[in-house]
Amino acid sequence: MPYQEDFLLRAYRSMRTIREFEERCIKEFMGGNIPGFVHASNGQEAIAVAACIDLSDSDIIGSTHRGHGHCIAKGCDVGGMMKEVMGRSTGLCKGKGGSMHIADIDKGMLGANAIVGGGPPLVNGAALAAKTLGTKNVALSFNGDGSANQGTTMEAMNMAVVLQLPHIFIYENNGYAEGTAANYGLGCDSLTDRNAGFGMPAEYVDGNDFFATYDAIKVATQRARDGGGPTSIEAKCVRFDGHFIGDPQLYRGEDEVKNARKTEDCLKIFRARVIKEGWLKAATMNAIDKEIVAEIEKAVADGLAAPRPDPSTDLLSDVYSSY
Amino acid sequence: MSTVHTKGTEMTTNSNDAKIGGKTSIKAYREALNDAIREEMRRDPTVIVLGEEVSGGAGCDGQDDAYGGVFGVTKGLMPEVGRERVIDTPISEAAIIGAAAGAANNGLRPIAELMFFDFIGVSFDQIFNQAAKFRYMFGGKSKTPMVIRGTVGAGWRAGAQHSSILHSVVTHIPGLKVVMPSNAYDAKGLMVQAIRDEDPVIFLEHKVMYNNECEVPDEQYAIPFGEAAFPRQGKDVTIVAISNMVTHAIAAADILAKEGITCDVIDPRTVSPLDDEAILESVEVTGRLVVVDEGNPRCGLASDIAGIVAEKGFFSLRAPIRTVTAPHTPVPFAPELEDAYVPNVDKVLAAVRDVLGA
Ligand SMILES: Cc1ncc(C[n+]2csc(CCOP(=O)(O)OP(=O)(O)O)c2C)c(N)n1
Ligand SMILES: [Mg+2]
Repeated sequence: MPYQEDFLLRAYRSMRTIREFEERCIKEFMGGNIPGFVHASNGQEAIAVAACIDLSDSDIIGSTHRGHGHCIAKGCDVGGMMKEVMGRSTGLCKGKGGSMHIADIDKGMLGANAIVGGGPPLVNGAALAAKTLGTKNVALSFNGDGSANQGTTMEAMNMAVVLQLPHIFIYENNGYAEGTAANYGLGCDSLTDRNAGFGMPAEYVDGNDFFATYDAIKVATQRARDGGGPTSIEAKCVRFDGHFIGDPQLYRGEDEVKNARKTEDCLKIFRARVIKEGWLKAATMNAIDKEIVAEIEKAVADGLAAPRPDPSTDLLSDVYSSY
Repeated sequence: MSTVHTKGTEMTTNSNDAKIGGKTSIKAYREALNDAIREEMRRDPTVIVLGEEVSGGAGCDGQDDAYGGVFGVTKGLMPEVGRERVIDTPISEAAIIGAAAGAANNGLRPIAELMFFDFIGVSFDQIFNQAAKFRYMFGGKSKTPMVIRGTVGAGWRAGAQHSSILHSVVTHIPGLKVVMPSNAYDAKGLMVQAIRDEDPVIFLEHKVMYNNECEVPDEQYAIPFGEAAFPRQGKDVTIVAISNMVTHAIAAADILAKEGITCDVIDPRTVSPLDDEAILESVEVTGRLVVVDEGNPRCGLASDIAGIVAEKGFFSLRAPIRTVTAPHTPVPFAPELEDAYVPNVDKVLAAVRDVLGA
């Protein structure tokens, strides 16, 4: 068996947790329990987990506006996350951040980011710190097909090559930047080729295939730890929901998502593979599913019961100066 | 005088606007902006719109014009004039603003959209070092007739990076004009002026106001920059408010009117140029000034206006000036915190009572 059973169980649990968390977020948002803008990552779970499963808390990730999956994969507490997206004072960021700004520094989760392209320069900094301090830690940034076109992203890529930083640029290519097709926004035929042009190894993988994605990222991470500099990994994937929860998605073909849920669901693909190979039993995974449903149910119940921030104490805290 | 309605409150625009006649319709702020841009695009083929999702659906299998801007302000323009003039761009704000400025130097009148004005950060050099400085730095030889539109402000639970207002940042910069309409009527007239203006104009739309309706003339009209509106007139206290804060100022004035306190509510409509004369004239009568602004307090518009009045109207003042602003913090996400962050009617009332010593 090329993968340890424990590894496979962790991978499955993490992916399933993300799926359940996102689906519950959609439901709770629609029910009015989650305010603001929420970008769900269901459909894209395999990439987040493949990227983070081997990382320690001292390895750093920088995330995007679509960051719940990255948080969960990096080990953030789902209870604290649910409270945060609900805006409660016991949330991961005391309710001050919300879905687009979840961060958990202790877990090496540098933050979701509501500015497209905001992350990669910061992740370069984390990688620079690791390199300078000789920690052998690595840093990963999550990027999209859309954020690939932001100047900050391209500057960070070039600098990562120049300084040979241990930074893995993960590109989740879900085919869309909001309601714009990826291949409209990208002027080139292949993002991977463009990224290779910066002078770093660049791989293209099927992001619905956990194993292919994991294997590619593992090589990149090892290279970075060994001082071999940055890598770009473009992983093709499908966004199962809107750009944001509530997006009418008029720009998408009629049966596109319906079909993708049938044939391009990374969780179904994972299950089919591990069952076929005889690596895990369906019953074991079904039992995990049940546990996770209960876990997220509890996260929602705890979130709804959690205290709301108190403006008299919380509005003016955590900032240098309040006039 | 024409009367406009904002969220159930009545406001009277200043006499300057009374000349606009003809048929009117009830229009939302969003529609008024759309009308202004559409008519200018029909009238002038050099007007173009560019930005992210300004039409939407580019390269996709589903519907074209799927968004028309994420707030729907530019909806329907692309089907009418085509993708050559309503241009969906990659997510590259520096390149968007730079392209608009360069095109403005070369015969077009671009309207560039920053989907959320917070994204100015990514593009700031192209605005303040480039577009804003060309005319002066090139000895008056260069023209940059462009509009940068963006949605601003808190109230949508959109979090720290999608809720800033930032008008004082751009107001600080010579070469830029900064426009902040508080109702649909002004939104239309100011947008027309912004498009026809020869300088770069920053046009800030408050995201909580897009559905606010009032009576708007059907015909195209331009409201000159630097002329305040006077939605309420009074003699006891001057309240200067901008953008969505005008709504709160009017509500406060109406409550106080019932107590026999009359307020002169001034909506400058454009903060650069600023109608400081109107403010000073009002303070001459009232002797009392409250400035209401959603921006952060330091180096903000409220302290700027307070400074102007302290300098030029000191001897009219009968009480210290009071400012009502957001606190000096980023915009928080949680609803309770965000609601406490944004100035509201109660805070305006407290400030007015304070300057009256009541
Ligand atoms: C600087 C900046 N520009 C624009 C936006 C608005 N915006 C948020 S997400 C997004 C699309 C991002 O597309 P992509 O990188 O492919 O990520 P995906 O949403 O597909 O996960 C846009 C345009 C933003 N948040 N920040
Ligand atoms: Mg995308």
